[in-house]
Order: sequence, then structure tokens, then C-alpha cells
Amino acid sequence: MNRYVSVDTLRLALPALSLAILLVAVFWLQPRAMSYTGLNLLFNLAVPIALATLAQMLIMAVNDLDLSIGAFVSFVACVTATYLYSTPVVGILILAASVGAYAVLGVIIHLRNLPAIVVTLGMSFVWGGFAVLLLPSPGGQAPEWARWLMTVRPPFVPVAIVASIVAALLAHLLVMRSSLGVLIRGVGGNARSVERAGWSVIAARAAAYGLAGFFAVLAGIALVGLTTSADAGIAQRYTLLSIAGVILGGGEFTGGRISPIGAVIGALTLTLAGSFLSFLRLPSDWQIGAQGAILIIVLAFRLLLNRLEARNK
Amino acid sequence: MTALQSLTQRPWIWSFLATALVWFTTVLMTGTGGALGLSHAAFTFAAFSVIVGTGQMFVITLGPGNIDLSIPATMTLAGTVALKLMAVDNGMVAAGLLAALGVGLAVGVANYTLIKLLRIPPIIATLSMSFIVQSIAIWTNRGLRIKPPQLLAEFTTSSTFGVPNTALVALAVTVVAWLLLERAVYGRWITAIGQSLEAARMAGVPVEGARFVTYVLCAVLAAFAGYLLASFSGGAALNMGAEYLLMSIAVVVIGGTSVAGGESNVPGIWGASLFMFLVVSMLNTYGFSAGVRMIMTGFIIISVIMLAGGWRANAR
Amino acid sequence: MNTSTETQKDAVIAVEDARISFGAVKALNGAQLAIMPGECLGLVGHNGAGKSTIVNVINGGLTPHAGRIFADGAIQERYGINVARAHGVRCVFQELSLCPNLTVIENTRILHRELGGPGWRAKAREVIGRSLDAVFPNHGIDPAVTVGSLSIAERQMVEIAMAFSDAGIKPRLIILDEPTSSLDSGLAGKMLDYVQSFIAAGGSVIFISHILHEVLAVADRIVVMKDGGVAAERASGDFTEKSLVEAMGSVVKNETRQHSGRDLNAAPVVLEQRDTGLPFAAREGEIVGLAGLSGHGQTEMLLRLHRLRSRNWLPQRDPAVTFVAGDRRLNGIFERWSILRNLSVAALGDLVHRGLVNERAERSKAEDWRERIEIRTQNLDGGVLSLSGGNQQKVLFARALSTRAPVVLMDDPMRGVDVGTKQEVYRIIREEAAAGRTFVWYSTEMEEVCLCDRVFVFREGRIVAELTGEEVTEANILAASFAGLPA
Repeated sequence: MNRYVSVDTLRLALPALSLAILLVAVFWLQPRAMSYTGLNLLFNLAVPIALATLAQMLIMAVNDLDLSIGAFVSFVACVTATYLYSTPVVGILILAASVGAYAVLGVIIHLRNLPAIVVTLGMSFVWGGFAVLLLPSPGGQAPEWARWLMTVRPPFVPVAIVASIVAALLAHLLVMRSSLGVLIRGVGGNARSVERAGWSVIAARAAAYGLAGFFAVLAGIALVGLTTSADAGIAQRYTLLSIAGVILGGGEFTGGRISPIGAVIGALTLTLAGSFLSFLRLPSDWQIGAQGAILIIVLAFRLLLNRLEARNK
Repeated sequence: MTALQSLTQRPWIWSFLATALVWFTTVLMTGTGGALGLSHAAFTFAAFSVIVGTGQMFVITLGPGNIDLSIPATMTLAGTVALKLMAVDNGMVAAGLLAALGVGLAVGVANYTLIKLLRIPPIIATLSMSFIVQSIAIWTNRGLRIKPPQLLAEFTTSSTFGVPNTALVALAVTVVAWLLLERAVYGRWITAIGQSLEAARMAGVPVEGARFVTYVLCAVLAAFAGYLLASFSGGAALNMGAEYLLMSIAVVVIGGTSVAGGESNVPGIWGASLFMFLVVSMLNTYGFSAGVRMIMTGFIIISVIMLAGGWRANAR
Repeated sequence: MNTSTETQKDAVIAVEDARISFGAVKALNGAQLAIMPGECLGLVGHNGAGKSTIVNVINGGLTPHAGRIFADGAIQERYGINVARAHGVRCVFQELSLCPNLTVIENTRILHRELGGPGWRAKAREVIGRSLDAVFPNHGIDPAVTVGSLSIAERQMVEIAMAFSDAGIKPRLIILDEPTSSLDSGLAGKMLDYVQSFIAAGGSVIFISHILHEVLAVADRIVVMKDGGVAAERASGDFTEKSLVEAMGSVVKNETRQHSGRDLNAAPVVLEQRDTGLPFAAREGEIVGLAGLSGHGQTEMLLRLHRLRSRNWLPQRDPAVTFVAGDRRLNGIFERWSILRNLSVAALGDLVHRGLVNERAERSKAEDWRERIEIRTQNLDGGVLSLSGGNQQKVLFARALSTRAPVVLMDDPMRGVDVGTKQEVYRIIREEAAAGRTFVWYSTEMEEVCLCDRVFVFREGRIVAELTGEEVTEANILAASFAGLPA
């Protein structure tokens, strides 16, 4: 009985622990960060990254990988800063259609048995192209409500934290608690037995892609809410960051092993790593490198954990 | 008849046909006067995609899940380190080259060490490694733009017998790559691994050794391309490798190499690289904006992969 | 035929005159099977007898090429997975069919499509919890944990309980294929007790096991299958372990095979392994057989022998072992390659000059082997998939034999190969063995095992018997393969 708890919770505890250690280190270096404004500054940019990570996680749940998340979030950001600001109805229609495009992509990948990496690679050009068409040069304007949403000052807890928690809980309910989530993860874990029980694997994959598109749209809107304007390459880094975030949060590439709460924590950890280094007065050159190093360290720990797990069996 | 038949069965022929088509369409607009300049530019710029694409092709040949995401970072670091070491001194050209290749070697070894030691998929190993390499590159670069030695700058930007020198270098690289793949034992090994790792292991192929060499080779080629590109463009920029991540994968796929692994295609890389450049110039000539060009590129990649996938499905 | 239609009327599921062939192999050759309500049917047979094929027909996974299927007395034209499920047919597969990344509760949700709606978690927990409690009292499994973190035995318990669980469609016929293979005797006993009570309540069970006393104890009626048909069918009281084994064997098989009479006991031992039951040893020039029911550790043994004697990082100049795969698609054939390349890949080390492959030598060597082993093709450059299955297998043999490795490991290589090819390959194996090569041969076919000089019989991952020379007989091998009899 005890054994189960230790193994399952350790999986989730590892990302939470790495975040806690980083946070303590940051507070120790810079006690002023331990305030309402300080926390908000620390985690502000984490919100869109966390949402993009959740999108990537949904794709990874069905054993695929999306190399176009960065381009897609940039595209959404451009739509948000232009149409969603000027003519909201058109903007909403465009975003809804792009979510639909994601679902269709899932169907095509499944039907033609194509490698998701290459298809999404092609899509990254497409989304990037549309983004450039919308905003050839940086500009646009954030819709009032998006701006308000990202800058509101709720009592006690800064909005960045509230938004992260809400996103994590929403994704948790959807992916870990609902029947649809079970089905999506089941496809990742053992598609044959899901099929044998009479389910449609293709519908499950379309749903996973559609949901991923939805979360990526939220990421784009949140990003513009923070930056107030957009440009075509605003979220390029999100592709790699989102993959790293899922992995940091305890997710795996195959087998449908994912954790929404872990993914959000992973995204927060990656964001915090940058701030940590700047508080250490290390040159900002090492920011990206630190993200890589943390990724490697966490993976090494996880390997150790898996070894222990195997030995206990 | 049979010659024609055997020709149409080569997967690379399509990328060359498409290239020719795009070339003609462009020349229709620019007139024959622009033809030479267009071809010259195409070969010059395609050379870099060819070199990195060749490395990526070896990795992709190893089978599903094998991909090197650290190529851009490696290019940047190698270019930066080499230019810094050479310090605009013509006498240091060879030393710079060695330094660049050394960077590639180190990244390749590190990549495979991560894959092996942490037992993580290559994609995440090369991703984490690229973060670190990118940081080292930023740190080395420090925003300074060091010029390449005069000799090197001249070499990379001029031509021999009307052919761009970079293209000649890339040609040499691909000839060696072709030999490795088609004539050497190493080529047999990696195509065997790509078709079935287990079958290769049971047939006595030294699986780990072959994979290790492949990742090192890919990183070394990326580093070499970085060295050339930095010299060609008059200095190493931090984002100089950025576009080559997607480009390296795209030219491999369009060139007829199977994404599922086990089958690679060296001539196709040339066809695809020229094609990628010419499509952009064609759309440029016809006055399409950057956005439309990207959208078209994306759809071309997706259509090629769908056609190739469907074609194989029918063959079965 | 009158009596048979009578049984069909009452039977939960009845299969009549089912025929299925995979290529040259007739997996089912007019098999009859009817399962009555309230009965436990034991199903036994050696490898290739057709047990798993008929099970797959009953659970709807396979459609027979000929024959009829009745469910509750009505003939079924379009019998499939969903029809089978609607009639309450459930199957516990030998390989795990759960999603390892989901919890037990979530797996229950996947299995029972009818379990939707709000609060499904509580319902699913109740359904599977009730079933677990009933089958394995005091099981100690928390349904909220992921299946992947359970031990093998616990997973098997969940799988069994899942089959007996009821979330709307009542389970009526449960197929248990080697259900006790990962359970200890206490748990197996609990399960068998539950099977008894399930039958007493009117349910039906098909029970497949290699542990004969278990079958004899739990089954009301036992069907012995052989060569895709029913060889014997009697009430279980009329069988003994001995008569079961006899019924499984080929009754009229004349034991005319000439033992080579070679005395190899003096030959040097070239291969040894001591960690799986009785010690394993193979001598120079010997043909060593690995026998027993399939999936009892023979392939693992071969893979281990290969792994321990081959290198992963550097090419080997003098390979110690070479391998002939049985599952050609999985670990044998390189599908994109020509016949020539498939043939030469293992011996490339001998064909290399300065890192480059000497293509002329490669071709002449391949031509030699093509003639020697009679691969029927004009053109070695043709794709390997253009060959028939038997000829593909010959390519794999040629690949292994063209190396200089003194030991050849063979993983049931004759699966699905026609008789003519088999005879040719046997001849070559004998020739090569006479020339001093050692063969370690795992085979699921009795006549092949009987060709061996020495046979190791596997049961539950361990070597349980070693037979040499005249002891290599079908009766001895069968007796050792099934637990409960003195080997």
C-alpha cells in the first residue's frame, strides 16, 4: 500500500520539489522577491508558457509531438492584437477555425499514418506565414479585457499565480478526471486495447489535437495581454520550451504518461530558472543554458527514481 | 525505356524535377538575363542547407525518434569560436577550422552521452544540449561581431570556374556522404538500424557504435556549416543557425529520405535545398510577400510528406 | 448431425467446422466447440494445436474462412468483437491488455463503454472493487493506482477481475488463457474457487492451462486439440494426466527417425549457461533443441545467449554466434533492402576492404549461397519482400550460415514455412552440423525437436529436463512440458 504512494507521488513530487528549491534559492538571494509584486514579476511570463506547455502535453498524450506550437502561439498573438482587438467577431471566428484546423490535423496524421513531427514542422511555416501576413512588423494592440485579465490585482495572491493554478486545475479536470481525458491517455498507453473495447481512436486523437489548439489559443491571448502588442516571431521559443516543460513536469514522450499539474510546474520552473540566474548576478547569457541544465538534472533524477522503482519490484 | 523507368523510381528525381520547374517559372519572369544570377545564388545558398541536411539525414536514417535539434546552436557556437580564434588572421584559417570541427565533435559526443546515459529520446537529449550550447555561444560571442580572415571571406564568397566555392565544398561533402552511405559498411549498418534496430542487432551490427558515430558526424557537419556560414556572411550572429533547424529536416524529407528511417538519399538533398531556395526566389519575383512565401513552403512540405507516405502505402 | 444441432441450441457459443489458414499453415481444420451454460470447459493441446486460434474466433477477433458460429442457438452471420461482447463473452489474454499508464478505475472505464456520465469514477471503482473482492478476497489492491505500478501478479489479478466484472452487460462466458501463469498457488486457488462459484451460478468458462492437474480439477469437460481439430473430448473424470498427454501426442506417428548415432559427448563444449534451471551446454557439431510450450522462456534464452556473446560498440572480426529469426518481420528481414543485402549483412566483416564493401565478393558469395540453399529467384537485386515466406526464411538461413560464427541460434525459424523448404533446410543443418557447427534450435514443432541430438525442455522460464539421444521422444517432451508429471 505504502509503496504505491511513494512511487506515484514521487513522480509528481520531483517537479514540485525542483520548483520549491529554485524558489527558496531566489528568495534567499533576493528577499524582496518575496512580495506580491515580486512574485508577480517572477511568474508573469510563465502564464502563456504554461498554457503552451499544456497544449504540447495533450499532443504528447497521444504519442505525438508538435513542432509548430511556437509558430501557432505567435499566430494567435497576432490575431489577438489585430482582429480580436478591432473586430472581435472575426477574431473569434479565426481562432475557432484554427482550433478546428488542429483537430483536422490530428485526423490527417492518424488516417495517413504520418509522422507528426514532420507535419507539424510544415504547419509551423504555415502559421508563421499567416502571422507575418497579419503583422509584417511588430505592432497591434491588446484587447482591453485581455489586458485587464493579465494585469488585474486580486487580493493576497498575484494574478500570475492565480492564472497558473486555474490553468492547471482546468487541465487536470479535463485530462485526468473526465472520461475524454481517460480515453486520450488510453490511446497513448495502449491504443489496441482501447480499440478492442469498441472506442474510436481517431476521434480521441482529433479531440486531443483540438484541445491542444484550444490551450495554445489561450496562451497566445495571455501573451498579448502581457505584452500589449505582438509580432510574428513573438513566441518562437515556445516550441522547445513547451517540450522541455512537459518533460520537466514528469511527462514522457510515449505511453500517455502525462501530468497537467506537473506540466504547469515545469513551465514555472523553466521561467524561474532565468530569474534565479539574474539574481545570482550571473550574466543573462546563461539563462537558456540553465534551462537545459535543469532539464538534464531532473531527467537524471528521474532515471534514478525509475531504477529504484524497478529494484523494488 | 528502362532507363527512364529506373530514373522515375529514384525518390530524388522528384525534387530535381520540381526544382527545374520552379527555376523555369522564375526565369520566365526575370528573363534569361537573370537566369545565371539566379542559379549562382541558388547554389551559393543551397550549399549550407546541403551540409547541415546531410548530417540530419544520417541521423534520421537511424529510424523513428532520431532527430538532432542541436544543429542551430552547434552552428552558432562553431562559427563564433572559430572566428574568435582566427581573429582576422589569415594564418589561423586552418586552426579555426579545427576548432570548429572540435566544437562539433564535443557536441556530438555530449549528445550521444546524454542519450545513452539518461536513456532519453534523442529529441529531448539534443534539445537540452542545444540550450547549453546556445548559452555557451552567447557567452563566447558577447555581442561582438568579429570579421572572418580576409582569405576565408574571399574564398567563401567567390567562385571557381563560375561555380560558387561553397557549393563545391558542399559537393565534396555530399560525395563523401554518398560513399559512406552507398559503398561503406557504415552505410549498411545505419540503414539496417533504421529499418529495424532489433534485426540489426541480431545480424551482428554494432548498433551502439554506429549510432554514436552518426550523432557525432551530424554535429561535426553542423559545425562545419557554421564555420562556412560565419565566414560567408562576414561574422557570426547569434541567430545565424536558427532557420537551419527546420530547414535541415525539410530538405531531408523533401529530398526523398524516408522519415521512418532506413532509407536515405544524398542527391535528393541537393534537389531539395535548391528547391527550397528557388521557391522563395520565385515567390519573391512574382511579388508575393514573406508571409505567403512561408505558407507556401509549409504546404509544400506537408504535401510532399503526404504524397510520399501515400505512395509507400500503395506500394505495400 | 442431429445431436450437434441439439447442443447448438443450448450452447452459449458454438463453433462448427471452423477453418482458418495462415499461408501454408492450417491453424483450424474443421474444429468443433460448444460451451454450455454452467460448465467449465478445459482446453489443452501442444503448440500449434489451434487453442489460441479458436479462442480468437470465439471472442470475435478472428473470422473463420469457413464454418458457422452460433450464439444462444442463433446462427451469427456477422460475428465480431461487438457481437461477442453483447453476448457476454470476455477474454483474459496472455499478453497484458490493460493501459499501463491508467489507473485500475480508468481501465475499467475504458473496458465498459456503458459506464459514462457524471460520477463514473465512483461507479467504476465499485464495479471493479466488487469483482476484485469476489475473485481475490483480501487482494490489497487499491483501484486508484496506475496499472504500471502494480506487480505482474497484481496486474493479472486486475485483468481477471476485469473480465468477471459487471457494469451492465452480464459476463456469461469467460475465456481464461493461462490465467495462473503469474499467480502464486494461494491466489490461483482463490481464482479457481471463484470460477467454481461462477459456474455454479450458471456462467461458463473456457480454461486453458499447461498445468494439467489444475485443468483436471476445475474443468467439467476437457477438449484436447491437435493439428487444428479436436482430438479427444471427454468428461474430465475420464481423463488422467497421463491420458491427456497421450491424447495430445500423435498416436500413429512411427518413431522411425534415425538417430544419427553420433557420439558427441566427447566433443568440446562451445556454449554454456547456468542461470535458468538445469545447466545448459552445447557441444561442437551438436544440434541442440529447446522445447516446451511456446512462451516459456526459450526465445529469452536465445536472446541472452546472443547478447552475452556479441558486441554493441565495435564491429566483431570473428563473431561467436549468429542468429536466425523466427519472427521475420520483427527481427529478421530488412524490408527495404534487396535480397542480396539481406543475405550479406551479417557477413559484411569478411567482405570489407578499407571500410568499403567489396561488392563483387559480396555478390559472388551471395550467388554461392543462393545455389547452395536454393533460393528461388532469378535476381538477387529484387526486393526481399518479393520472395515467398519460405524463401525469405532461406535468405535468413543463408545470412547466418554465410558467417564464420561457430554457433547458430535459431528462434523457431520454420514457423509458417512449407514442407518442401523445411526438408531442404533440415538437410543443410545436418550438413553444417557434420562439418562442426553447433545449432541451438528453438522449435514449436515436435518433428523438428525430434531431429535434435540433445533437447532441453523449458517450463515457466526454466529448463526442467535434458534429454539426449534415444530419450528425445515426443512422449518425454510432452511429459516435461506440462507440469505435474514426473519428467
